[in-house]
Order: sequence, then structure tokens, then C-alpha cells
Amino acid sequence: MSAPVPLYLPGSSVIHRVGAGPKLLVLLATGIALTIWRSPWQVALALTLVLLGYAVACLPLRVLLRQVRSLAWIALPLFAVQWIFASWQAGVGVVGSFVSLVLLAGLVTLTTRTTAMVDVVVRMAGWLRRFGVDPERVGLMLALGIRSVHVVIGLAEEVREAQYARGLRASPRAFAVPLIVRSLRHADRLGEALAARGVDD
Amino acid sequence: MPEIRVESVSHSFGDGSTRRQVLRDVSVRLAEPRIGIIGANGSGKSTFVRLLNGLVQPDSGTVTIDGRDTVRDGPEVRRRVGFCFTDPDAQIVMPTVAEDIAFGLRRRGLSRAERDERTRRALTAYGLEGHADHPAHLLSGGQKQLLALASVLVTEPDLLVLDEPTTLLDLRNAAMVRRLVDDLPQQVVLVTHHLDLLDGFDRVLVFDDGRIANDGKPTEAVAAYRELAMR
Amino acid sequence: MLKSRDLALIAIFTGIIAALGLIPAFAPFGSAVPITAQSMGIMLAGAILGSKRGALSVLLFLALVAVGLPLLSGGRGGLGVFAGPSVGYLIGFPIAAFLVGLLTERIGRPYKLTLGVMANILGGIIALNAIGIVGMALVLDVSLVKATTIAAAFIPGDLAKAVVTAFVAAGVHAAYPGLIPARAERSAAAAERIAA
Ligand SMILES: Nc1ncnc2c1ncn2[C@@H]1O[C@H](COP(=O)(O)OP(=O)(O)OP(=O)(O)O)[C@@H](O)[C@H]1O
Ligand SMILES: [Mg+2]
Repeated sequence: MSAPVPLYLPGSSVIHRVGAGPKLLVLLATGIALTIWRSPWQVALALTLVLLGYAVACLPLRVLLRQVRSLAWIALPLFAVQWIFASWQAGVGVVGSFVSLVLLAGLVTLTTRTTAMVDVVVRMAGWLRRFGVDPERVGLMLALGIRSVHVVIGLAEEVREAQYARGLRASPRAFAVPLIVRSLRHADRLGEALAARGVDD
Repeated sequence: MPEIRVESVSHSFGDGSTRRQVLRDVSVRLAEPRIGIIGANGSGKSTFVRLLNGLVQPDSGTVTIDGRDTVRDGPEVRRRVGFCFTDPDAQIVMPTVAEDIAFGLRRRGLSRAERDERTRRALTAYGLEGHADHPAHLLSGGQKQLLALASVLVTEPDLLVLDEPTTLLDLRNAAMVRRLVDDLPQQVVLVTHHLDLLDGFDRVLVFDDGRIANDGKPTEAVAAYRELAMR
Repeated sequence: MLKSRDLALIAIFTGIIAALGLIPAFAPFGSAVPITAQSMGIMLAGAILGSKRGALSVLLFLALVAVGLPLLSGGRGGLGVFAGPSVGYLIGFPIAAFLVGLLTERIGRPYKLTLGVMANILGGIIALNAIGIVGMALVLDVSLVKATTIAAAFIPGDLAKAVVTAFVAAGVHAAYPGLIPARAERSAAAAERIAA
């Protein structure tokens, strides 16, 4: 069990340098556009532009191939279904727009730092202020969440080692109960530390 | 040095059949620079020190720091009283070292430049300058405890409370934390089972079953604690 | 207003959901229906933290996935997953956790296994699939019937998860009481409300 490394791949391309906000807007606009325009040539154009984006960002080919492979299991049967029950044009439209959109979303993730994304989320939370959302809280929660993922993975390793040492076979329940109880105790101490640092004040 | 006043404080946890009185009518005034707290497991040490920043609010009695009530003026008290716990992992709240140090500086009305400057100075002062952007989970146990201390001290509290800060550390790291605490200009209240940490302290309280059983110089207090433990 | 302890519980449970996605799938009913422990994490969030905190911890988990952490089982993450066919399920996750939590709070403490299983099925399978199937039909442009047949393949695994989740929740609530209200406390609170 190793700590999850963010999907971001550092680079210095134009796409890397564009702000996270504009990139997310492009993604949103593309999503809307592709639900309206999905004729074969429109979809082909979208797919070409997305692939061009991968080239401009200088992302390694294997990163793209890995994404394509993970899409294939759903894209191929889906195309077959559309072709049989509707037409090949419909198949290209549905599958092509879906694949373009997922790849574009992947491109945004691969070229944008996690911290920049977090900043966008916090800024968006600012618009929700009138509904009682405190953007600073949202930023704190994202940071705490990232930190907690690492903490709990560490605790999970300890639980697993303790079970191996006692020769217990790891059933999901025998693993999950001690992991969760330990994590909750940790949360108590964390909550106390947050209060001591003035989070409730 | 701030003056800590604890006046006839009693406190219990739980209710009904699980109710347990943890502090029994404790009164004490503390104004010395170095104050140690020792006693058996469960004798009420952690509960007592949590009174000092309002983390525990007493069932009865009052606690004031320089005249500020820890319940009524909780936020102000917490700004002046820094707290360092035993488990460094549970005190580090931000993903990276520099972010965690900067965290305590928010809401203190400092400019961005001043926050960055103070963070940078703290990183250097605690030997963490090479780790500024490192994820906190990659630090060693000793470095994590240093980070926890740095994150508290960067806010320049008047009083630092430490609850067994060296319990999870090896000898070397414990010695490092000790040196760091020795050099602090602030008033320090230290709970510990490592009795040698108390050399040179001004005053040591011995807790026993929710009461202060002894209160004096380190050698005297440690002798009293030994006697209690042997009984 | 959420207090420090609630914030800590929410964040730590997000970590638990992520950690459960990292342990390999297990197959209690033979290898035909492998189960990743992660979707159990969604039900567990509600069954252990209750409605509000459970839903928020799932929401936080999704936010971390969106900002680029590969926390979904199989190491998936990033914005792409929200454009995929399972987007309905992702949207349904916090709602499912909320419903499971709401029903679990109704059960109260001490936790009851059979009622717990029912809560998990209602919130974590029926409600979740209703939202997930609509999403799948929209993204893949297939009929609701077709989407339902695809979803049906996962139901046996989901049922197993609902049962395992209830066992885990029972174990956790016994070892760490205080997360859901005791039945006596709740009826006392209700009586007070009526009196007031
Ligand atoms: N939040 C709590 N809820 C219920 N009981 C508590 C709580 N905190 C402490 N206690 C109980 O209060 C008693 C005193 O605890 P405290 O932590 O103050 O002891 P301590 O002197 O610090 O012991 P140790 O040396 O083991 O740290 C213990 O019996 C403990 O179980
Ligand atoms: Mg203690």
C-alpha cells in the first residue's frame, strides 16, 4: 500500500502555464458543446484538438495510451451497441464525444498542480458564501483531507502488520474494524490539536 | 511571565455509571518560568493542562491566564497559550511543512509578506529549511515533533504547554526537543514521565488521583512521586 | 457550525475511504463478483459518522479526486472520472452516505445488525443505483432499461457489501461509542421537544 501520488505531471508547456480556472472553463464549455454537436466530423475535430493538446503539453505517449486503454472496455461495447441498434454515425457521435471529453479532462488534470486546483475550489466556494459556505473552511478541509489520506494509509499499514504478526488472516471485517477505530481515535487527537490552534475561535 | 491561576477546579468525565471524577478541587497559582507536572497514568495531568487553554472547561471553579478566563475569553487565551501534544502526526494539519507552519499565522492580521517571513525564519530556526515543501508524512518522528513545535512557536505564545512531547521519540530526538524547550524565553508547563527532563525546573507538581499531592523543587517532587508509586 | 472534532472526523473518514480503495478486491461469492472495499467506504461513512458528517466526508473524497489525487479504486482520479459513465454514481455517493446515515441515526445506539443491513440497502444500493442508472443512461445515450441491466450485474456484490458494512459498523460502534445518538437519549430529546 503506497501513498497516492497526484496525477499531475510537471512541465513548462503553454498548457501547463494556463491558469486552472480557464482550463476548467474550457472543459466545461467542451462538455456542453459536445452534447449539442456530435456529428462524426464534429467529434473527429474535437478528438483531434484534444490529441493536439497532449502533443503541445509534451506528455509522454504512454500516459495517453494508458488512458485510452482504460476507456476501451467501455467504448468498444458501447460503439457496438449503438451501431447495431442505431447507426455507425450515432456510435461515433456518442463514443467519440465521450472519449474526447474524458481525455480532455485527463489533460487538465495532468497539466494542473493540485494546489492550483484547490485554489479554484476555494474561489468557487467564495461564490457560495451567501449560502453560509466559508471558503477558508473549504480550503482547510481540502488540506486536512490530503493530509488525512496519508495518515490513514500509515495506520492501515500498522494494522496489517499487527495482523500478520499475530498470524491473523485478513478478512475485510478483521481489517476494517481496527483500522476505523484507530482512525477515529486519531481524529479525536487531531480535533483537539485543531481546537488548540484556534480553528473554532 | 504570565500568571496562571487555578481556583477550586473540579472536573468529571462521563455520566451515570461511567462518571469519573478526574480533578478534585484543585487550586494553584503558577508564575515561574519552568513548571513540571508528573504523576501516575490517569492521575489527571493531561486534563489539568488542557484547562490552561480552555480545551477542557471545568465543571466548577475558574482558570485564568493573566486575568483572562479560559472559558469566557477562550479565543484570546488560545492565542496566548501554545499547546504541543504527544502524537506529532495528529498535530500536523497541513500537507506540507511550510503550509503547516503558516497555518497558525492566519487570522492574526499579518500581511502576506510578514507571514512568509515568519514562516521562513521558523523553518531555519528549527532546522527544517531543507524540507519546506516536503509532505509532512515523509518526515521522521523527531522531525515531525519539531515541526509541531515550530508551528506552535511561530505564533509567539506567552505560555507553552507540552503534554509528554518526548514520549514517542528516541533518546536523540528527545534530547533535541529538550534543548529546544530549554532555550525558549517563554513560560513552559511540561507534563512528562521522563523525570530527567525536569532538571533545572523551578517548580514541579505531582498529581495523584485528581489532586496535587506535592508541589516543590524537582528533587523533592520526584522523591515524593517515587514514594507514592511504591506505596 | 461544525466543530474541530467534526472537521477532523470528516477528513479522517475521507482518508479511510481512500485507504479502502487501495486494498485489493476480495471475492466472497467466487471470483465472478469481485468487490472493492471502496464502495463499502461510502456506506460506512453514513453508517459510522451519521448523515451530515458522512455525506461531507464523501463529498471531500470526491473533491480530492477532482483536484487530481488518484484515490478511486484502481488508482483512478482526476476530472476524467466525472465525464465517464459512472458520474451518476459519483453524484449519488454523498446522497447515499447521507441516507444511510439518516437511517442509521434512526436505528440509534446500540446498533442493530438487521436494521443496519436494511439501511445500507435502502441508501447504499437502491437510492445510489437509481441516481447512477440515470447518469449512465445519459452519458452512454442508452435506454434506462439497458442501463439497469448493466447495473444489475453489480447487485449481488452490493448486497454482500451492505452486509459486511453492517458488521463493520456494529464492531466500530461497540468499540467507539458516541458517534450516533443512543436510543434513550433520542427519545428523551423528543419528549423534551414535545414538552416545550
Ligand atoms: N475525554 C475523556 N472522556 C472520558 N474520560 C476521559 C477523557 N479524558 C480523560 N479521561 C479519563 O480521565 C482520567 C484522567 O486522564 P488524564 O488524561 O488526565 O490522565 P494523565 O494523568 O494525563 O494520564 P497519562 O499519564 O496516562 O497520560 C483517566 O481515567 C481517563 O481515562
Ligand atoms: Mg496524559
